Amino acid sequence: MHTVVMTKGVPDFREGQVSFDEDGHLERGKTPTVMNPNDKHALRAAFQTKVRNGGHVSLMSMGPPGYKEVLQEGMRDVYADDLYLLSDREMGAADTWATAMTVATGLQNLDDQPDLVFAGFKTADGETGHTGPQTCWCLDWPMITHVVSLDIDEDAGTVRAKRLVDGDISEIETVEAPMPCFIVADPEFEPTYRKASHRLNHKDLRDETQERAEEYEDYLTVWDHEDLNLDPDYIGLDGSPTIVSGVDPIPKAPSEREATIIEADDSEALVPILDELTPYAVGD
Amino acid sequence: MTDAVEEYEAVVVGCGPGGAAAAATLARNGVETLVLERGVDAGSKNVSGGLIYAEESAPYTIDGLFPDFREEATERPVTENVIHNIAGDKVKSFDIGDLHHHDTAWADAVLRRKMDSWLAQQVHERTRETGGGLLTEVHVTGLLRERGEIVGVTTEELDPIKADLVVAADGVNSELARDAGLMDWEDPDEWFQGVKAVVDMEPGVINDRFDVAPDDGAAHLFSGDLFDGVRGGGFLYTNEDSLSIGTVFHLDSIAEEHAEPHELLDSLLTHPLMAQWLGGEYDEREYSAKLVPDSKKAAHPSPHKDRLVLVGDAAGQMQAQGPIIKGMNHAVTAGALAAEAFADARARNDPSQAGELYEKKLHDEGVMDKLRPTGYKVFGQLGELSPVDDLSNAVADSAVGRFGVRAAAGLLERAYSSPRMVSMIPDTKLPYVTLPTVIAEELGEPVTDENTVSPPDLADRIGDLTYDVGDPHIELVDNSFEASGTAVTACPVSAQDFGGGCYRDETVKTNGSEEHLVSLDTQPCVECGTCAIVADTEWEHPAGGKGVEFKQG
Repeated sequence: MHTVVMTKGVPDFREGQVSFDEDGHLERGKTPTVMNPNDKHALRAAFQTKVRNGGHVSLMSMGPPGYKEVLQEGMRDVYADDLYLLSDREMGAADTWATAMTVATGLQNLDDQPDLVFAGFKTADGETGHTGPQTCWCLDWPMITHVVSLDIDEDAGTVRAKRLVDGDISEIETVEAPMPCFIVADPEFEPTYRKASHRLNHKDLRDETQERAEEYEDYLTVWDHEDLNLDPDYIGLDGSPTIVSGVDPIPKAPSEREATIIEADDSEALVPILDELTPYAVGD
Repeated sequence: MTDAVEEYEAVVVGCGPGGAAAAATLARNGVETLVLERGVDAGSKNVSGGLIYAEESAPYTIDGLFPDFREEATERPVTENVIHNIAGDKVKSFDIGDLHHHDTAWADAVLRRKMDSWLAQQVHERTRETGGGLLTEVHVTGLLRERGEIVGVTTEELDPIKADLVVAADGVNSELARDAGLMDWEDPDEWFQGVKAVVDMEPGVINDRFDVAPDDGAAHLFSGDLFDGVRGGGFLYTNEDSLSIGTVFHLDSIAEEHAEPHELLDSLLTHPLMAQWLGGEYDEREYSAKLVPDSKKAAHPSPHKDRLVLVGDAAGQMQAQGPIIKGMNHAVTAGALAAEAFADARARNDPSQAGELYEKKLHDEGVMDKLRPTGYKVFGQLGELSPVDDLSNAVADSAVGRFGVRAAAGLLERAYSSPRMVSMIPDTKLPYVTLPTVIAEELGEPVTDENTVSPPDLADRIGDLTYDVGDPHIELVDNSFEASGTAVTACPVSAQDFGGGCYRDETVKTNGSEEHLVSLDTQPCVECGTCAIVADTEWEHPAGGKGVEFKQG
């Protein structure tokens, strides 16, 4: 079993980490880059397959060299056997389409072809939710989205998943697909370990991955467009059909509550308030 | 997808000293062993006084099983032993070093979080090599049965697990022992309840105030009239950079006197005698409580059934006779003997004989006679018969008795130091209250130090504890005051006229009549088990990792 998880580095939007300038624009230089939080759910789902079914978990990203630390974070906080970073200037400023082309090529370039590819539900910065499905389209695999739990039948070569219909917890369906298969983990995904052997295995693997994360560069492969045999015209900014015409800040929603300010020493102004309250008064 | 039931050769429930000793011995015998611990960390649910002994006569000791134990997991060794008889501000102290040293290879003060989590690490490494290992945050809820026979365990977090041997080392409130029908929660006179404060103190200050070398320590015991006539006493042990100060009382006495355990602890903390050690500044790290089985009455003579064996507190293996309080060492011996019994039985191709063999070993190795001493059976229980007790109290308190006490001061000290005499002590007011009080009145000197310690109130003590609140784990079956009212006072985190505890009493007016009822909020529960005995409850432990988390223990 080979499982690959796609991830992206995003600004750390948590309180106290994120910095905006006076115009409300994100200050990337001052805001640390972290692993997209939703991708951790995907990585946890992939780790569950490793704990329960064994195999190999790879973590892959496309981005600048600084994303190495994003991959390290995933290896340390969740799990990874090895790391792949697709990185060079030609890949820069890609939209979701060009990114999907690049990542799909990266996946196809792996010696050991994956049985499962996992992606998280949307990135915290772009929030398009496109890159995963577009990558899957490039691979021409079946895809299961909004996955909240997962079981693999290796003998039958199938994956069975519970997923949220319309992304809503109120309706859950169970679907089955042949592998290789593309899985989008929902933030509601909860790994389940009901066997003692799984939990013991989990403990060992967590110890191992934390040790590996200390020396993560030993487990990291960096590929540029030449390694992937990609034409620069089809990747990065040149390969991106999306044109961003402008960015508008979202205005603050107007308050729907009405407020009347009364001066403390203005006894006349209190009369209408007393009139309003009188019907609710109890007793004489 | 295979859904076969998981199976291990042995499952050990609980990783205190009994469970750790069992698991280590099983692993040494190559038995595939799974250890399940309900705390977030071993030791996070465990409280003890706590001194751990290594007895010269014991077939197994904790440092024999875990060679670095004293180096890594204990506090200070006990090099000084004193018992203080108290009457008002008069105190007569006896050195009971001889009693302490009898059959003792060593005795160290311990804090359970540090000790048990270190043990758990060792246990995990050793059992992992057998194909098993240790898991925390798993609450074992009961026994798995097939055709009425015990074949494994059920848990809250995992699917049922089968095993050839189930070691219940799940403590004083063992759900497994109760599921098997081997232990019950019926009689308050089979139990003690202890409460403890761990008090912060710099190592250098401890050395000065207790006049001990940096690698030495002291154990002080207290009895007399400072606990409002409740039968029991107090203790103080020195740790590396803290003190363990606590009180232990017979639960039936706490119930009868409607005593508030935290107030009894405060009576000790604020006594003038303590001023020399506490010195005015008082920083309480942790308040904790625990039920303690009285092995003389509660130790199960045949602690096994089918594939199940009980070890330590779960089997009532806690020896408390006057100034002797030994629990952990017996749990260690029992755990190792149970494991040894299973290895022997397995070698004979009949693992089902493990329980019988374990029972035999407990008797042959002398463990049972320590837990249920013959001297107590013959003399102690006689002393508990009410006419005898009344007479003894009257004599000790009479002019003749008092004359005897004065005349026999040296003899008394020797008597306190005699293991044989101590084993005969009855569970009455005489040894705990009357005699120490008379001794102090007749022989004691007044303590003139002023104790300015003001211990935290109960709300602060509860507030300082760490809880991961789960679903309520105790159900109040009968909420009438008659059935469950004793819990309001006896629960160590509840008190009369205190709204922030587990139990409170309330008067409810319904259609002209008044009802005196008890209500329960399990949120501040320290899981001692007191209310399982003194109130009408359905008592279970919280889910794995939930409930109180002791940092000191």
